[in-house]
Amino acid sequence: MSSAIAAEYPAATAEERCEYTLRLADTSLVAGQRLAEWLGHGPALEEDLALGNIALDLIGQARLLLALAGRVEGRGRDEDALAFWRDAAQFRNVSLAEQPNGDFGRTIVRQCLLDAWQLETYESLAGSTDVELAGIAAKAAKECRYHWRYSAGWLVRLGDGTEESHRRVSEAMQDLWRFTDELLAPDALDARMAECGIAPPAAAIRERWEQRVAGALQAAKLPWPAHQHYPWHGKRGVHTEALGHLLATLQQLPRAYPGVSW
Amino acid sequence: MSAPAADAAVTRERRIWLTLESVTDPEIPVVNVVELGIVRHVRTGEDGRIHVGLTPTYSGCPATEVIEQAVRAALDEAGLDDVALETVLRPAWSSEWLSESGRRKLEAFGVAIESRPGVAPACPRCASRNVERVGEFGSTPCKAHYRCRACLEPFDTFKCL
Repeated sequence: MSSAIAAEYPAATAEERCEYTLRLADTSLVAGQRLAEWLGHGPALEEDLALGNIALDLIGQARLLLALAGRVEGRGRDEDALAFWRDAAQFRNVSLAEQPNGDFGRTIVRQCLLDAWQLETYESLAGSTDVELAGIAAKAAKECRYHWRYSAGWLVRLGDGTEESHRRVSEAMQDLWRFTDELLAPDALDARMAECGIAPPAAAIRERWEQRVAGALQAAKLPWPAHQHYPWHGKRGVHTEALGHLLATLQQLPRAYPGVSW
Repeated sequence: MSAPAADAAVTRERRIWLTLESVTDPEIPVVNVVELGIVRHVRTGEDGRIHVGLTPTYSGCPATEVIEQAVRAALDEAGLDDVALETVLRPAWSSEWLSESGRRKLEAFGVAIESRPGVAPACPRCASRNVERVGEFGSTPCKAHYRCRACLEPFDTFKCL
């Protein structure tokens, strides 16, 4: 980091940096695990491949970010220790990421809302004062552009498709919308990261996210849902019931056979 | 460094590059890792050892580790076992780093290349522009799946990243 940058911003503590990096890492990991559940169950071979590929990107991002969080933490935990040996309350993913797949339409709605957030967040983080985080984010942003194009493309086809497909994505949008506030409303750590020049200001992300999502909703002939209060704080470890079930599958093998390798 | 020693280092770097050129991509075996643009540097580090920097194409590309192992094996076999491998994440890999020879080989292999994200390429078989995208994602993370409406053949397309 150049001294000019260091002089401009206050320095975040290792604990703050680790905690923030885990939010990004866990969101990618959990979303990737959810999408991997579609393998072999996609509505068509192309969609099976697409969902699997997006899952792969997300898990790849999670590996890089978890490894970074572990190095920042400095307690010797690597990406595997962080992925497999923490319990639900120690996960820092946004609650939206852990929501069950439901049907293909519901998965698309969840991904659309999440992809827009990841894309805007990673694009901004590419300019972070945390150069390691910036490097990972620049790569992830390129991948997320494809994810967004895929999910937004399907949202339009389903929303502006048949009566049945419209009904399904419309209901899923109404149901999942309550998890979007957590993406956009900054808490103390988000604010602190912005102050340190590590994360983008939450207001900027909200504006770009809303613009992006509004465009997709309009093209999909779906209304902008009413604001809903959210009692979940996945970013602080307060999750919905769904996460525990997901982690049971994700973590079962290394916990049953510690140290096992292929 | 004396002149003969400098010459020796140059020769050694040249040998490393040649060895790297013998390592092909496990998924697309017609191109080697240098043509793919994933070898970012070959240079002498502060520890006096020569370091080879590799970068992944996609964060989750399963070939990344296979490629690293293949590079290690090729270097060891060439008697270059003291060469160190390191992962480079910045700047992020771009499809612009594909070399000219890499592009030609991919096209001859039947893989088209996107010039800009989402812009349909010409069919690598019959060169027709009358193509359609079947899937945003193909057989590997770096490719999308297209079909040619003129010759009816399906084909992979290297995505612009």
